[in-house]
Amino acid sequence: MREQTAKELREKLAAGEATACGLTKQYLAKIAAGDAAYHAFNTVNEAAAARAAAVDKQLAAGLATPLAGVPIAIKDNIATEDMPTTCSSKILEGFMSPYNATVVEKLTDAGAVILGKTNMDEFAMGSTTETSYTGVTKNPWNTAKVPGGSSGGSAAAVAAGLAPVALGSDTGGSIRQPCAYCGLTGIKPTYGAVSRYGLLAYGSSLDQIGPIAHTAADCAAVLQVIAGYDEKDSTSAKNVNFDFSTALHDNIAGKKIGLPRNYLGEGLNAEIRAGILAAAEQFAALGAEIEEFDMPMMDYAVPAYYIIASAEASSNLSRYDGIKYGYHPESFSDLEDLYLSARSEGFGPEVKRRIMLGTFALSSGYYDAYYQKALKVRALIRQAFDAAFDKYDAILSPVAPTTAPNLGESLSDPLAMYLSDIYTVAINLVGIPAISLPCGFDAAGMPIGMQLLGAVWSEEKLVNLAHAYQMHTDWHEQTPTHKEAE
Amino acid sequence: MTGYKNTGYEVVIGLEVHVELNTATKIFCNCSTAFGAEPNTHVCPVCSGMPGVLPVMNQKVLEKAVAAGLATNCTITQKCKFDRKNYFYPDLPKAYQTSQLYLPICRNGYVEIEGDEGPKKVRIHQIHMEEDAGKLNHDAKSGSTLIDYNRCGVPLLEIVSEPDMRSAEEVQAYLEKLKSTMEYLNVSDCKMQEGSMRADVNLSVRRVGDTELGTRTETKNMNSFKAIARAIEYEIFRQIEVIEDGGHVKQETRRWDDEKGIGYAMRSKENAHDYRYFPEPDLAPINISDAYLAEIAATIPELPDQKKERYMQDFKLSAYDAAQLTRSRRLAEIFEQTVALCDQPKEAANFLIGDCLRLLNAEGREAQSLDFSPENLAALLKLVAAGTINKTTAKAVFEKIYAENIDPAAYVKENGLEMMSDDGELDKLIAEVVDANPKSVADYKGGKKAAVGFLVGQVMKATKGKADAGKVNAKLQEILNK
Amino acid sequence: MEIDRKMVEYVAELAKLRLSEEETEQMQQDLTKVLQYMDVLNQLDTASVEPLTHVSGVENVFRADKAAASFGRDKILQNAIAVEDGCFKVPQTVE
Repeated sequence: MREQTAKELREKLAAGEATACGLTKQYLAKIAAGDAAYHAFNTVNEAAAARAAAVDKQLAAGLATPLAGVPIAIKDNIATEDMPTTCSSKILEGFMSPYNATVVEKLTDAGAVILGKTNMDEFAMGSTTETSYTGVTKNPWNTAKVPGGSSGGSAAAVAAGLAPVALGSDTGGSIRQPCAYCGLTGIKPTYGAVSRYGLLAYGSSLDQIGPIAHTAADCAAVLQVIAGYDEKDSTSAKNVNFDFSTALHDNIAGKKIGLPRNYLGEGLNAEIRAGILAAAEQFAALGAEIEEFDMPMMDYAVPAYYIIASAEASSNLSRYDGIKYGYHPESFSDLEDLYLSARSEGFGPEVKRRIMLGTFALSSGYYDAYYQKALKVRALIRQAFDAAFDKYDAILSPVAPTTAPNLGESLSDPLAMYLSDIYTVAINLVGIPAISLPCGFDAAGMPIGMQLLGAVWSEEKLVNLAHAYQMHTDWHEQTPTHKEAE
Repeated sequence: MTGYKNTGYEVVIGLEVHVELNTATKIFCNCSTAFGAEPNTHVCPVCSGMPGVLPVMNQKVLEKAVAAGLATNCTITQKCKFDRKNYFYPDLPKAYQTSQLYLPICRNGYVEIEGDEGPKKVRIHQIHMEEDAGKLNHDAKSGSTLIDYNRCGVPLLEIVSEPDMRSAEEVQAYLEKLKSTMEYLNVSDCKMQEGSMRADVNLSVRRVGDTELGTRTETKNMNSFKAIARAIEYEIFRQIEVIEDGGHVKQETRRWDDEKGIGYAMRSKENAHDYRYFPEPDLAPINISDAYLAEIAATIPELPDQKKERYMQDFKLSAYDAAQLTRSRRLAEIFEQTVALCDQPKEAANFLIGDCLRLLNAEGREAQSLDFSPENLAALLKLVAAGTINKTTAKAVFEKIYAENIDPAAYVKENGLEMMSDDGELDKLIAEVVDANPKSVADYKGGKKAAVGFLVGQVMKATKGKADAGKVNAKLQEILNK
Repeated sequence: MEIDRKMVEYVAELAKLRLSEEETEQMQQDLTKVLQYMDVLNQLDTASVEPLTHVSGVENVFRADKAAASFGRDKILQNAIAVEDGCFKVPQTVE
């Protein structure tokens, strides 16, 4: 049996066939029974039942909100007042935020019920969720494999049926790559579409919050709720007004999709290449025009990204000093010792590595050669994408060079791990949106993902393409339990 | 020229002045900027650096920064950005200060001051916007520091001068000029004691005739103009002594202890100055239109120098008097309104400079805080002009106006301070005094003309100061010369 | 770019990280490897390129200068290492 989508839950709730309390209980029970196998959650929301009861009252009173009664899991780098917000880091163990993130307020206003906070790579730095201080998350398709990262907990929760939808965050692929590894659909919105107020910053000029779900339609429903101008976020765009209602059909005739030849060459797993090419044929069958082209600048995105993201992170993570919040070392001799102990004991190795890299890139004498250089390369990458989107409505691309790797394989070689982000990071560097969705399975039964990239503010177009594809394929309907049942 | 106070050395001073803007709210959040609140009560997640927060800029900060730049002849950087300055210190909750390095809001300006050798320009290198840090209170006994974030995020302008000043006096003149300009613009109240104006002094000395600059030190922690002057004198002679003794001045940051009257080097970390500035990604770039510049320019009032010129022209005041009156915007305001009401500029200036500034000085009060009404001063001047009260009485009445803003006419009436208008009464009193002081009369007649002064005094005493001393003098001379 | 041990120590001091002997060694290797890879950027001529710092194109975002009610001190202090007299408390800073 495939998992229920948020859309179906909303229909049942509207028809009186389900209640928010009933659904919440059902999902909390699934988490209680099933999460031990995956460790998708860091925290389960103890107030979820009470919150669901309040939503039922609203529903009974005829108050229709867009996500009324829909349970949702959120990544543990999104600030919540009534649950700890830890970024899966020891340095924020038990941290209670004094305020809620804007997206949390928006979800609550829309009637959603938050089930809990999901595991992630520490401070979103990682591609496997293995850098988490709270322990690794396992891929529901095969618990010997990683769920991807950094939003691995959110992806695992949805894939395992512990939540119908979830929020992740994407700084360099952290929504899209776990979706690819877990057979899910996820959107990294245009930079500025969703408020970052309350998202614990990793790379401020790259971070965006976005939805993870089974379908493009569910992603669209959640994105519509969380997107929009926020006066608390100076980088959020004014006049964002997504309307996906006119995008949920399969008329994509005449849409031009670019297929970057150089993305499909050496370094890409052959089964994934086959999956992408098959998807291209499917789009063509639906009336889209597919054109192969060479996408310039491919080899420069990863180095530029890791310089910029690490530099921003080194500054963003300086506030974690053991004084105001988070991990306090047991003993220290003076202020300097307090700083050093809190940070050295509180951060894990990957976070330290990126803080060091970023601090170096900004330090006196190296700023121009590294940080400034990366910003200039970023400008060139944007020019390349601008030129591509003059020609194409969307670009069809792999998400990751391989399907989900085994647990314990990735962390020993940081550079190899960074290089596996080759298809995802450029999107964040230039601020454009992308949707990641499943397009097949490899021989071992692990999901294969693809992504569609668009020009800024082309989310409706991307949802339209993804939805059309999902109307004519059933990759997104496959679930781990379903396969086991076969 | 023999150099600074005949030492054979020339002094080169540049200033970094921090001015707290008098906005209602902080630069990046809507917490109050009010001074003196209970610790951590004007604090929110944004200014206390909670995880996940973002800054949003206060539009008044930009307005005031642009006004300050235009008033100091700067070029406004129409496309400007903020940068992060990264360093760890407990008064900085984000561990970076949001400031401006690469594209500061104002560049290449100057102010004119009265220098040691006449009028001169002190060039302004740049003015940038930034946030203030919190306050640390040290408790030596328990060996701990208490952190109060109320001041975190209060908007600051940092005004960086070129090394154009050559003496403590020029520094004082420059600071006075900045202070009055900021007050006129309503940008800052510039109270040094409350820390809303702070100056760091970069100073070096060199032998007269040398072309290369000496090694400079930076001195911090002065909280009055006088303390700055003292700190500068101290540092000048310290550096000269080091060089005279064959040593080298060390580039260092120094702290001034005004109570002890000494400066000392602060302990510093080797890497303290690698601030790793980079453009602040959380704030949108600023793009200032020509129309906006024109709009702000139109709000700039007549500034002290222009006012001074006008006072000299229109009211025939001396340069000194005009400068004194225009130093404070409030004082100039009272002066102009008083003159509008009674048309006695010279007399109004005398009261404001002679009496009012003396009273302010005695109290250590700022002229900006004057709160008596010009109507009362004008009424007082009218009473003097009409001969209702004499000058001595007028001074006493002014003190009452200064302190309690009394209505002078009513006050004079209630206390019976009018001059004697009845000549018969006065003649009688004069006759009595002449009769009672035969020795003085004899002295006068014997050629000691000064003896009349004593007699005038006696008559004034008898009238309880209410007579016109000039008139008494004339009448006495008339009697004595008979 | 080759990172020497002194550089690792300098950067660690700036970042307020205390690295063990072993971590310093590992960090030196990792950073050298990553930075050498990043030198690929030098293949690009960027002399006439403006650095791209803000991708969204949003400019001039301001708020009105209007004070809000106090947030509440207890919530700000609720995660502190130590509190005294309404303040965060730390070991004495050196001046």
